[in-house]
Amino acid sequence: MLHYAQEQLQGDYYTRAFQAGAQEDTLILNMGPQHPSTHGVLRIILELHGEYILRAEPVLGYVHRMQEKMGEVKTYPQYLPNMGRVDYLHALAWNWAYVLAVEELLQLEVPERAEYIRVITCELNRITSHLLWWGAYLLDLGAFTPIMYGFADRERAMDLLQIITGSRLTYCYYSFGGVTADLTPQFIDGTKEFCKYLRTRLPMYKDLVTDNMILRHRVDDIGIIPVDMARRYGVTGPNLRGSGVEHDLRRNTPYSIYDRFDFEIPAYEECDALARYLVRMDEMEESLSIIEQAIDSLPEGPVTPPKMPKVIKPPKGEAYGAVEGARGVIGIHVISDGTATPYRIKLRSPSFSNLSLFAEVSEGILLADAVSILGSLDLVIPEIDR
Amino acid sequence: MNIAPELIHIAVALAAIAAFIGLNGLVLVWLERKVAGHIQRRPGPYEVGPWGLLQPVADAVKLVGKQLVRPKVADPWLYWSAPLLSFTPVFLLFLTIPFGPRLIGMEFNLGLLLILAFSGLNVLALCLAGWSSANKYSLLGAARAVAQSIAYEIPLLLAVLAIAFQFGTLNLSTIVHHQGPMPWQWNVMTQPLAFIIYFICAVAETNRAPFDLPEAESELTAGFHTEYSGMAFGLFFLAEYAYIIVISCVATVLFLGGWHGPGAPGFWWFLLKVYALIMVIIWLRWTYPRVRFDQLLNINWKWLLPLALVNLLLTLIFVKM
Amino acid sequence: MIKKTPKQSTLQGIKSLFVGLRVTGHNFVMPQITTHYPRQEVDNLVTYRGHIELVPKEDDPMTSKCILCGQCAKACPSNCIELVIRKEEVEPPPAAEAQPDADKEEAPPKPAPKKKVKRILEAFILDYNLCSLCGQCVQTCPVDSLEFSTNSYLAGFTREEFVFELLERMRKKYKASSSG
Ligand code: SF4
Ligand code: SF4
Repeated sequence: MLHYAQEQLQGDYYTRAFQAGAQEDTLILNMGPQHPSTHGVLRIILELHGEYILRAEPVLGYVHRMQEKMGEVKTYPQYLPNMGRVDYLHALAWNWAYVLAVEELLQLEVPERAEYIRVITCELNRITSHLLWWGAYLLDLGAFTPIMYGFADRERAMDLLQIITGSRLTYCYYSFGGVTADLTPQFIDGTKEFCKYLRTRLPMYKDLVTDNMILRHRVDDIGIIPVDMARRYGVTGPNLRGSGVEHDLRRNTPYSIYDRFDFEIPAYEECDALARYLVRMDEMEESLSIIEQAIDSLPEGPVTPPKMPKVIKPPKGEAYGAVEGARGVIGIHVISDGTATPYRIKLRSPSFSNLSLFAEVSEGILLADAVSILGSLDLVIPEIDR
Repeated sequence: MNIAPELIHIAVALAAIAAFIGLNGLVLVWLERKVAGHIQRRPGPYEVGPWGLLQPVADAVKLVGKQLVRPKVADPWLYWSAPLLSFTPVFLLFLTIPFGPRLIGMEFNLGLLLILAFSGLNVLALCLAGWSSANKYSLLGAARAVAQSIAYEIPLLLAVLAIAFQFGTLNLSTIVHHQGPMPWQWNVMTQPLAFIIYFICAVAETNRAPFDLPEAESELTAGFHTEYSGMAFGLFFLAEYAYIIVISCVATVLFLGGWHGPGAPGFWWFLLKVYALIMVIIWLRWTYPRVRFDQLLNINWKWLLPLALVNLLLTLIFVKM
Repeated sequence: MIKKTPKQSTLQGIKSLFVGLRVTGHNFVMPQITTHYPRQEVDNLVTYRGHIELVPKEDDPMTSKCILCGQCAKACPSNCIELVIRKEEVEPPPAAEAQPDADKEEAPPKPAPKKKVKRILEAFILDYNLCSLCGQCVQTCPVDSLEFSTNSYLAGFTREEFVFELLERMRKKYKASSSG
């Protein structure tokens, strides 16, 4: 027979602290860390009145891996593989933010061709990320089939990325001053084909899901994030664009060569889950057009800088690299003290800010809507915890 | 000694029904997975047996072999009686369904009433399961199940009543006899609205997607049967499929001409129609997202119930004229 | 470009339900796209990047290109590479040709002419349990002595099975290819 202390029966620290503020006649529900719709190990404590949420509190840290501390004990190149593991869905954007910061410290010039390759692969990776989000979101809303279609298409993009990076998920492809491998003709042809193929699939997605009446009722007018609330929490990425702000680092502070491409920044003014949904769907098309433009104007040349220092030892100083990830602004602040290991690395993960507002948005909504809102924020839990 | 043959008949019928449910349950599980697979461009089960036909058997064996776990704080009596209560009424439901001209478990004048009455028992089972599990998710699932079943039973009843009024009987065989072999002689032609209402309500009554709220796994993990394992879960599962068969059977009897069909009438027509309906139900499940709970109730109270009432009124006017 | 989300009338909504059914129905009759694994295999295994392998010298497949610089071990973020180096006193005029010793299977790298101590690669140990397949070792190697294998069907029952001795693997592979 197991015996529990009285306080153990009442839950852990978080539950008890949360319970202290509860009203009478309400139900405290632990959603997660093992729950089908939190996709990972996010835990949310809810105070329910019937099915209405009175209060919600996200509890984090279940996949905390000390990524920032690891940065302080590893050399600059040794930290590269970590970047693929922070956000496993848009790994290349994290790769990019880190190399951007270190390149700034080192004053490294990146060859033309490498910049193009980075754009192509990063956008391809963004598409895979959005496709997975799309499938998983629909799964949250109770449709089982879209995720399979999304995965089938995502698989093609991952096959392409595998050709040049060798991995399928946790890429470690960019290196300081360039990329580790050049594009192959197989990749280029395959990508062109993929762009055409996905363009035929997106209308199908629209027919099956986007225009579906049931889905519309599940996302329309749900989880309104007004612009000022988004600003207060530092929301970025598609979530901010869903609140009607045309903010995209690729356009606002163009890094790399994004200023050379012609693409739209989709934004919707409704601030609800549908707006965020549509932003991502539109973004996939924009990414496709960026990829096509980049492939068409891909220059010849080396993919690594001609002169690479043997040991990466940036001079004293700090640098901040920020890129637009699939979930928002990814920022990496690196401080160098002149040695081979960084003095400090700070990771700014977009999901963390995006989740923070959940407590406020979820007040007074239905449990089912909470699932819909969580999905529409497109959270990646390992990225939140880092 | 008049009663003895009747009793034997019922006993045989019950045994046959048990076999029928078991067999069809297995077939349905297989069918559902196969259809889901093909819709998602996968093969579905295909390892065990030819075309994976033995997969449900393997699943059943697995379920039977699993340990039955009860949460420590759950009420044992209620907890274990719930799956049984969910499954046993199914037998009675099949008893009055005319599969063929003579293939009927029990000729019963109030057959329709019996079915409606006993299918209502299921909600009690779900309620018990959710309540006795001492799990918050189960409790929420049970609350949803009760609200949903009770709400949808009303338009369902009204839709069925329209048919009963039309023929002035609650006897299922009589209703079938009134319909002809050709599709335009079926009731679905005279009562299309009732058929649509009945079908929607039936899907909701059986907790099938897109109305599978009591077990919405992205919200309530598994709803009322979160805590059940092994064959206790298996019984809920089987009961769900049995109810799908029942509602499809009733729909066939009431709206699709029962065993009638072009050419030779017989139970094959009946089975064909039942399976066609089941296919549609499966198809729906793998296409749509889940509706939200308040929307579900809104559909019922704001659309289906008024429509069913209007339909009933129109039927009355036609019958009286 | 800030857009408005398109609104939908009830009629369009009901139509959408049938459109959805048409899409899934269409997919139902389309051919499957899965690969039935044990019977079929995906076709992109050649681009898979598995654990690292030593690359043999072109002229001598029993010795690796490795010059024992130790860069790879230093670069590895997970410390999974270990070089076992044996030092050997050599006669002042170093032998130009290595004697292929059947028992010991030495792999004498070219030592600097002045040194009298020859460093010989005894074993190149990769602890694949720790490897994150990042590729840092392959990138840092100055003589391209490391490459990725395409071995995706790696399985074992114990951790010890994943501690590889790459030198031995390289030689075994050569022997297998030359005998078979
Ligand atoms: S791939 Fe990375 S982790 Fe693996 S051995 Fe090479 S450097 Fe180490
Ligand atoms: S970096 Fe290359 S040459 Fe140097 S020890 Fe490693 S494998 Fe040998």
